[in-house]
Amino acid sequence: MFNQQSPFIQKTSSVTQVMLLVMLALIPGILVYVYYFGFGVLFNLSAAIITALVSEFIILKMRGLSVKNYITDGSAIVAASLLAISIPSIAPWWIIVIGTLFTIVIAKHLYGGLGSNLFNPAMVGYAALLISFPAIMTKWPQPIEYLSIHEHLNIFLYGLKEKVDGFTSATPLDFIKTQLFLGNKVIDTSSYQSYADATKIIGIGYLLGGIFLWYKKIITWHLPITFIISLFVIASIFWLIDPIQFQNPMTHILSGGSLLCAFFIITDPVSGPTTPKGKIIFALGVAVLVYLIRVFGGYPEGIAFAVIFMNICVPLIDKYSQPKVFGHD
Amino acid sequence: MKIIENIFKFNGGVKAQTRKSISTKVGIQKIGIPKYLKIPLRQHIGNLPKLKVKEGDVVLKGQLIAEADGSVSAAIHAPTSGKIKSIEKILLPHPSGLPDYGVIIESDMKDKWIKKIPINWAKIGVEATIKALQNSGIVGLGGAAFPSHLKMGSKATKINTLIVNAAECEPYITCDDMVMRERSEDLINGIELVESLLGAKNTIIGIEDNKPEALSQLQFHTKSHKNISIKVVPTIYPSGDAKRLIFLINGIKIPKGKRSSEYGIQMFNVATIIAIYRYISFGEPSLSRITTISGNITKPQNYEVLFGTPLKALINQSGGQKIKNDNFIMGGPMMGFKLPSIDVPVTKAMNCVLGAEPEMIEDKKEPLPCIRCAKCAEACPVSLQPQELYWFSKSDQFEKAQEYKLFDCIECGCCSYVCPSNIPLVQFYRYAKSELISEFRAQEEADVARERNEFRIMRLERERQERAERNAKRRAQSSKEEKSKLIDEKRAAISAAMDRIKEYEKKK
Ligand code: SF4
Ligand code: SF4
Repeated sequence: MFNQQSPFIQKTSSVTQVMLLVMLALIPGILVYVYYFGFGVLFNLSAAIITALVSEFIILKMRGLSVKNYITDGSAIVAASLLAISIPSIAPWWIIVIGTLFTIVIAKHLYGGLGSNLFNPAMVGYAALLISFPAIMTKWPQPIEYLSIHEHLNIFLYGLKEKVDGFTSATPLDFIKTQLFLGNKVIDTSSYQSYADATKIIGIGYLLGGIFLWYKKIITWHLPITFIISLFVIASIFWLIDPIQFQNPMTHILSGGSLLCAFFIITDPVSGPTTPKGKIIFALGVAVLVYLIRVFGGYPEGIAFAVIFMNICVPLIDKYSQPKVFGHD
Repeated sequence: MKIIENIFKFNGGVKAQTRKSISTKVGIQKIGIPKYLKIPLRQHIGNLPKLKVKEGDVVLKGQLIAEADGSVSAAIHAPTSGKIKSIEKILLPHPSGLPDYGVIIESDMKDKWIKKIPINWAKIGVEATIKALQNSGIVGLGGAAFPSHLKMGSKATKINTLIVNAAECEPYITCDDMVMRERSEDLINGIELVESLLGAKNTIIGIEDNKPEALSQLQFHTKSHKNISIKVVPTIYPSGDAKRLIFLINGIKIPKGKRSSEYGIQMFNVATIIAIYRYISFGEPSLSRITTISGNITKPQNYEVLFGTPLKALINQSGGQKIKNDNFIMGGPMMGFKLPSIDVPVTKAMNCVLGAEPEMIEDKKEPLPCIRCAKCAEACPVSLQPQELYWFSKSDQFEKAQEYKLFDCIECGCCSYVCPSNIPLVQFYRYAKSELISEFRAQEEADVARERNEFRIMRLERERQERAERNAKRRAQSSKEEKSKLIDEKRAAISAAMDRIKEYEKKK
């Protein structure tokens, strides 16, 4: 029934191609990331991708689906990579493996595989890890503390052995929260300044990749721009009310993976909204939640939870944001 | 003449490779008169016309062979002179591949015209002219094949603007382009004529910006025409779709189910306008058209072909396929259909025939699931949500699909064209539409049947009663007489038999 009907021509595009472009777009961010936080990032990435491919292969076999058609779509690699670059570079291998399994097996395939996952797979993996291993997930090395490949490999294989003071660093968002919690009113920012600088540059790497994706028409402006503007506005409001207790809006945008979220996480097509208006509502919702969780919640980083929560709302958002059909307005 | 600059842009559309230049290298050529012409009686939307000839009749070029039956119908004329060889079912260039009635003419190769009678429309008046147009056999030559006189004659609505569709947005097709390059003068004369017949005040020609030669011809010939303006629209498929083109030109969105005439606009295709002009000013009915043959073809170009000419003649003249696969597509690659057979005649709707490129017909890559990337929604010129329609069609939730305006879909194919998962979206919509339509029909039939049934039961009951009454009466009246009559008859028969036996024995 479906053979040989019009249209007879097609644009040469494929899911694989889309995913390939997303991977390309991640490269600048990843390079800067490696520069600041060391080769551990690459170990994490490789471990995540290998785990993703192996587990996807097994599941496709079990589900009786064509391995050739589905594994080459590249979506597992993208999800695994997004997860890997959200995890600190000094995390041990098993963290990566567990997180990736959550991403691929539970968030993707238990929900029906490509195209059917309700939740953003990378964020499900991330949230699972953050809840289960909060200590590891929030421990970052001091930027440009050049560890050799060998040392990174050691940490990757056997975990972080001795706790070297000054080696690890809290994220700025985390740090301020702790200080405020301890009752400190004047906060010495020097202890996290270098970290903040590093994430700023990494963020700009993702921004470049994002612009590339927009230029290549893989994403539209709606999600990232709305997210960034909304986050900026909310943070500004609080900051203007009390600039000591609340951080300035630029810190919110340039740290904690906000830009990664704007261009790569919320732009996951499968778990996101499809209509232009829906995208605006979705991104606004994520921005509000991210801010609230960061500032008032129990976790230093709120992106994963915010995205997962908004994923639940997608069917509703889509339903009530349908654009006007030609001639029906 | 003026060039309109305002810009209205509809959502989406696609920029496909147009591949038009391959068939515009040489001018329009003629296909010689074939020995036999098979002329289908139904080459238009509407009723089968009434046959006016019989087998063995000799006909002249331009002679009426079938007359329009009712207003939604179009006449058919003999494309050349010759003899009616037979009237039989022939294969038609239609996706169904079903045969339909046609007239087969054996041409005498003289191509002798019947007396041409031009129409002095100024003298006989607009109404009579439009009536006469019904016998011209002219239908929309852009491919829709809607009888043209129907678009002329509505008194209920006032037409202000005539829009000439010269967009020709489908890839490969160049017949309108070539017509404008070579016959712009006829076109402009035709525009003046049609504008007057419609009572319109002005005319706008909508043309895509990929036809500079045609455009300069138009500009040249419209120099002194104040009432004609030209709107150059960007080359984005489907800008030539009637409602999209009207929007591009004057920003009016005409919804599904409404006609442009309700908005004071009437649209004609370039070739149709020329056909109307030739009929009224020269008395030439619709006997031929320009057809593009392109794609996987040795010499892609445009031909002027008599209706009824075997498609094979066209294919042979253009050198046949470059890569042989014997698959041909009628219409463009976006909205055309694969011809079930090439043993078909050229018809009024045949604006283009494509030799199928191998990649057009080979089995497409297996589709992946929809990844909700909304590329299709971005491309949909009707601003539908193709991914939702796909989901509802696929899961047989046809009512939901309808709620999401399935029937507004114009089947332009933009969504399928861009889908990275290779999903044949339009085919799902066709399926859903046909299911819904048969559902409506079944519902209608059921309603009618229920009514009929109730009525039938009532009738049967009444009839039964009447019959019973009648019988009772008759019985009461005639029972005695009948019985005695019967007995008499039997007696007579018995005595006759006895007599025969007696006679027989006597003979012995
Ligand atoms: S383009 Fe294809 S994959 Fe993307 S949303 Fe539309 S149907 Fe789904
Ligand atoms: S085929 Fe229908 S749904 Fe697809 S783009 Fe065209 S109008 Fe939209």
